[in-house]
Amino acid sequence: MSDRIDVLKTYKTYVGGKFPRSESDRTYKVNNSNDKVVANACRCTRKDVRDAVLAARTASKDWSGRSAYNRGQVLYRIAEMLEGRKDQFIRELELLGMKSKEAVYEVELSVDRLIYYAGWTDKYPQVFGTVNPVASSHFNFSAPEPTGVVGIIASDEDPLLSIISLIAPVIAGGNTCVILASESNPLPAVSFGEVLHASDVPAGVVNILTGYREEMVDHLSSHMDVNAVLNTIFDKETRKLIDENASISVKRVVHYDSKNWADDTHENPYLILDFQETKTTWHPVGV
Amino acid sequence: MSEKTKKNEGEATANGSAKPTSPNADLKHDFASFWNYSPAPESSDFVEIREQYQHYIDGSFSVPAKKRYFKSINPATEEVLAEFAEGTSEDVDKAVKAARKAYDKVWSKLPARERGKYIYRIARMIQERARELAIIESMDGGKPIRESRDVDVPLAAAYFFYYAGWADKLDYAFPGRKAEPVGVCGQIIPWNFPLLMLAWKIAPALATGNTVVLKPAETTSLTALKFAEICMDAGLPAGVVNIVTGAGQTGAAIVDHPDINKIAFTGSTEVGKIIQKSLAGTEKKFTLELGGKGPNIIFEDASVDQAVEGIVNAIFFNQGHVCCAGSRLLVQEGIADKLIKKLKQRMETLIVGDPLDKNTDIGAINSKMQFNKINEYIEIGIKEGATIHQSNSSSLPDKGYFCKPTIFTGVAQSNRIVQEEIFGPVLTIQTFRTPEEAVEKANNTPYGLAGGIWTDKGSKIFKISQKLRSGVVWANTFNKFDPTSPFGGYKESGVGREGGLHGLYPYVKLK
Repeated sequence: MSDRIDVLKTYKTYVGGKFPRSESDRTYKVNNSNDKVVANACRCTRKDVRDAVLAARTASKDWSGRSAYNRGQVLYRIAEMLEGRKDQFIRELELLGMKSKEAVYEVELSVDRLIYYAGWTDKYPQVFGTVNPVASSHFNFSAPEPTGVVGIIASDEDPLLSIISLIAPVIAGGNTCVILASESNPLPAVSFGEVLHASDVPAGVVNILTGYREEMVDHLSSHMDVNAVLNTIFDKETRKLIDENASISVKRVVHYDSKNWADDTHENPYLILDFQETKTTWHPVGV
Repeated sequence: MSEKTKKNEGEATANGSAKPTSPNADLKHDFASFWNYSPAPESSDFVEIREQYQHYIDGSFSVPAKKRYFKSINPATEEVLAEFAEGTSEDVDKAVKAARKAYDKVWSKLPARERGKYIYRIARMIQERARELAIIESMDGGKPIRESRDVDVPLAAAYFFYYAGWADKLDYAFPGRKAEPVGVCGQIIPWNFPLLMLAWKIAPALATGNTVVLKPAETTSLTALKFAEICMDAGLPAGVVNIVTGAGQTGAAIVDHPDINKIAFTGSTEVGKIIQKSLAGTEKKFTLELGGKGPNIIFEDASVDQAVEGIVNAIFFNQGHVCCAGSRLLVQEGIADKLIKKLKQRMETLIVGDPLDKNTDIGAINSKMQFNKINEYIEIGIKEGATIHQSNSSSLPDKGYFCKPTIFTGVAQSNRIVQEEIFGPVLTIQTFRTPEEAVEKANNTPYGLAGGIWTDKGSKIFKISQKLRSGVVWANTFNKFDPTSPFGGYKESGVGREGGLHGLYPYVKLK
């Protein structure tokens, strides 16, 4: 055995294409399944939420205006980068207490899921858009457009696969997002930020915060510049709080009821549609 | 040489050549000084309106539990039109039970094709009784007969006709999924298009196999109860459609009822938010069609005369009681003076008055409450320092709630009359220089329902259309509706779509 001391990783957040610490400088201990401390994660605050929403809003104009083809390529690039770092993520999941075989499965499925959604970017508008045969002399069509900034409250289960299953349909559809990573299991989310950073994803399209949910969910779901919330927390009180906060600015809210992130129900274009608005354009026909 | 030609010579262009002009270029639309329109009232003598109406529950008319009634007036005459039952939570509960029973026992078991045939019957019966329905709509709500006759009623029939056909074709609507009905739907509709909004709500709900409890607005319940008669005549199974009349509290009883699976609401953003909040933590699905403050953007290369007609249609259609009204005019600087001048001239020709008169362009404001609200906003506009202009030629009737077509110039983006929905014939006018500025101003409200773009350039239409954050964009037209065309808002203008294939989604569970 070598006497070399391992270099431990500092886990920070991912906001606006940078890796800042929480503005509060607070951290909390992250334990693995054997209750051993494996890292200190940032304990983000309301101010961090605001900064992240601002970054997401700023990025929204560019990202929603990208061609569907380009968004598909960027998503594919994320998959390529993750494939290249498979070992890193497998080791990280093992460190958190996952069995080796399960870790391999989770990372490989995560890569495949990204590719699944990469392929949808230039197809869902064809599947869900319509040309409407109006009775008057107009050319009339309806096309999906991104809802805007989506706040995501991530799951504690399958920490890498779940976060990818949540992000991919949201950004494939041209939205930008702010994610509150799993409170108990935040590390793969933060490491995934590094993959995003290396994958041509424009700064601010995905923003990842760690910390205590009870300190952030309220602020994220009541923020006036967030257009929609995607929640995976089951707790009834939390769901009610999110719903009530959403009503302040008529936010769209989707609650997921799934615990099994490997399930193929997480691969379907209706999940993209959850965060799309339909725009209908009327154009006169005549000479 | 006539005086007019001389005047034209005076307006030479920069290079010295005479400005091209038509011989009538400076003729104002001064019809009023040449002739007056004789009254052309639509006869209402064959329309039967009872003194008192009950709820329509479980296939028959039913006396309200508390036996309380409220009066509905004709806003053009201020005379009482009829009395309607005031719905309490007991009445709503009775209606929901009837709807649940009909859903479980009859409607969900009926083959889809047969379901569709009932809806076709309803569509046809609306067409057959179109004249009667149009007259009632104008008497009850104050809208010009021309609009209820040519827009509201034919479109209501068209929505039923369109959705009837979907009933047995739902397998083709949702790729890879099977659609199931959600169950009992609670539907609350506004007073601006009473029968049409009823059609928007009931037609897709029935086509997808749901049963409904619908509450019309308290000032415009009459056509909903005429529709109940149509349901009876069509032999629609009892309980599939239930109509409970009443005001806000009746609506709240529907929203709060535990056995309702879905709420569909059309109305103000303020009430929509209250509904969304009261549904928090429940499993109820909901769609909201809320307010708007629609931008109507006129570029320099637009046809000015067409645009003026479009502006009039956008803001004065239905007295401006339109959630998607083009209530904020954005004009490119170069044509602003000319366009505003023409708009003012055109406003002089608008006839405000008797809704039943076929010449009337602008009818009565729907209720005293709304009348006061509009006047309050006009006061606010003046206090905010905006310049008001109202048409002068049309004298208002002595009785009833009428409002002259009104425009405000010299407004700022932050003014309340620019930011808040007035829901009346009141237009604010702002100018812009670049397309970017137009988009910035257009999107700068919490709303996002509809907008208009006027330009001769196709590529500009699509560029601006993509940048507007709103659910409907009308290019070189405004306020067009069609059953095949999805309608609904971005941002605080609502959630979900009504109309078209997209309008099926709110009424199904996808498996």
